[in-house]
Amino acid sequence: MTDVSAGPGRDWRPVRRLLLGLGYQAAAVAAVAALLAYFALNAAENLATRGLHLGFGFLSQEAGFRIGFSIIDFTEADSYGRAFLVGLVNTLLAVAISIVLATALGFAIGIARLSTNWPLSRLALGYVELVRNLPLLLHLLFWYNVALRALPPVRQSLSLGGLAFLNNRGILLPRPVLEADLAGAPWSFLAWAAIAVFVWVWNKRRQAVTGEAFPAAMVIFLLVSGTALLLLASGLASLTWELPVLRGFDFTGGLRLTPELAALIFALTVYNASFIAELVRGSILAVDQGQTEAAKALGLGRGRILRLVVIPQALRVLIPPLSNQYLHLLKASSLATAIGYPDLVNVFTGTVLNQTGRAIEIVLITMLVYLTLSAVVALATNVYNRLAAIVEN
Amino acid sequence: MRGTRLACGAAIAVMLVWSGSLAAGPNDTVNAVKQRGQLLCGVSTGGSTGMSTLDSQGNWQGFEVDFCRAVSAALLGDAAKVKFVPLEFKNAFTALQSGDVDILARTATWTYTRNTELNLDWAGIYMYDGQGFLVSKTLGVKSGAELNGASICVAGGSTSELNLADYFRTRRITYTPIVGNTREQSQANLEAGRCDAYTNERGGLAASRTALKNPDGFVILPDVFSKEPLGPIVRKDDPRFRDIVAWTLNMLIAAEELAITQKAVTELAAASPNPEIQRMLGKTGSFGPKMGLAEDWGVKAILAVGNYGEMYDRNLGEGSPIKLARGPNRLWNDGGLFYAPPFR
Repeated sequence: MTDVSAGPGRDWRPVRRLLLGLGYQAAAVAAVAALLAYFALNAAENLATRGLHLGFGFLSQEAGFRIGFSIIDFTEADSYGRAFLVGLVNTLLAVAISIVLATALGFAIGIARLSTNWPLSRLALGYVELVRNLPLLLHLLFWYNVALRALPPVRQSLSLGGLAFLNNRGILLPRPVLEADLAGAPWSFLAWAAIAVFVWVWNKRRQAVTGEAFPAAMVIFLLVSGTALLLLASGLASLTWELPVLRGFDFTGGLRLTPELAALIFALTVYNASFIAELVRGSILAVDQGQTEAAKALGLGRGRILRLVVIPQALRVLIPPLSNQYLHLLKASSLATAIGYPDLVNVFTGTVLNQTGRAIEIVLITMLVYLTLSAVVALATNVYNRLAAIVEN
Repeated sequence: MRGTRLACGAAIAVMLVWSGSLAAGPNDTVNAVKQRGQLLCGVSTGGSTGMSTLDSQGNWQGFEVDFCRAVSAALLGDAAKVKFVPLEFKNAFTALQSGDVDILARTATWTYTRNTELNLDWAGIYMYDGQGFLVSKTLGVKSGAELNGASICVAGGSTSELNLADYFRTRRITYTPIVGNTREQSQANLEAGRCDAYTNERGGLAASRTALKNPDGFVILPDVFSKEPLGPIVRKDDPRFRDIVAWTLNMLIAAEELAITQKAVTELAAASPNPEIQRMLGKTGSFGPKMGLAEDWGVKAILAVGNYGEMYDRNLGEGSPIKLARGPNRLWNDGGLFYAPPFR
């Protein structure tokens, strides 16, 4: 654009550009809002002509059905709102476990891809190519059918010394029952947390000054487990194990990992690990080769080069796409409904929706939940990204 | 900027006009069907043996499928003018409410809540069913009361799920529900031993049993612990359409009572001396036009699928692999519950 306003005077171009930009944005916002308003009006009109009305009162009504697997207590007499909570907690459980496992497995495989050990890196490559090119739903059905078909029925359970059992109704483990006076538990936990933080900070400072490392993590762990053992030995707390027992049709007692949850965790972990592996590999390759050479020149071992020099720098590249992968995992967990794991979509957007017929309200709530969870994941990774970013003066 | 605004305004205006032309207003399902020249009938996803299945040639078959054909024959004069829309149970009611289908024939139980809160109408009952248990013979279970602590496969969001909960609650025993989305999934779970019993309407169970690899290894327990009246479902916005569906069903039931079969219907329409048959089959009384239908609407419906008894036998009874006894689905004068109001 040439400047036509010859001579002195104010240059209005930036102002005009700003105003124009604002105008366009306002127009875009207005268009989107108009579209949304049109949809809302249309929906309201359609509902009115069919004599339906929206409302969230149904959430306090009694559900009247049972849920096969839940972390929090749920009976038929509880409300639909409670059923929603059960589904939400089940979703969060599966997602949290899968994120941790997929990250660990992904890191291991990603680093294996870069290994100088030829068979190991080929094996990792094979894993990535095989796993990421199959749809997630197939993974899910595969693991579920493996769990159902390959494992024996209840009465022919595989027994591990009578303590744990494996059958097609799940993995049954002894449940630790801790009996203790838990009044002081929060305080002691806070105390330990404070001590841990103190040791950590002190170690960092000391290392910065003297260059000597102090095994802080190990010491904290020993202190905590030592305290626990001391409590048990002194009789202030007692730990017993509740064993699973076969009664009638099924085992009672103990901890149970159902095949539905196991299949979901397996599928989400295996599938997402292959993507995370590639992200890890890419981000490690993004760290300049000179960094590794410099660390070698300082005499660091290979493990420490990776841990102290390469990975901290690779994380800056890794975190944004990794956050994307977590979001994908979160949303993909709703496929659980295909194998009958009672997650949010299965319980709430499935059973509750059918029983109440409140499609619009329930789908809205479900959308809000996934939006919120995604926002939380994105926010958490962004905060971490800030912390990991290079501090520039 | 002005261009953008204009374009947006134009787009919205176009949308409003377009949606106005698309959305059929209330109270004219009959006209919409006639204009379209096609009846949209919501059925199962094709695995509901005996009720609605899709065979290898891509033809729909089953009791409920036939009922939709009868309605199509009565309303449009041609049983082939029906389009079957496979629906998951979860989406079925919503699809009907939003006008994606005109009628649901999808083994959905008539209940108070569905009738009132969903604002839907059951245009009658074409099957009196009840819930039961299908179990493996190896368990040695004789009745449902012995199922304490069992895992039970059940369809998600169905009335079966609530009835199951009620059954165990009233008997103060426990169970674990294994919720499947499809019948096939529950069948597979039952065969694999993931659950000890599969609960559903007994008609559905009889069909499921024939679909198992080893049907003789499984038995339907004698318990019947719910009332499951199944019927065709329509929206409440067009009473005339509801009447057409209801009287098509009554026509098939009355036809069985008066021994009007698929074979004999044409001849009876021409030569029967029975005044009621004459009214039903359009010879006298001009009954069809009272509902805006052709005179021979009854003949068309019976020609398409036979009378109620024939429709049942072919799909569910002795003429089918399911061999489900008629039980309460016999006519009133044969010890059953079926009783059509008079054509007078």
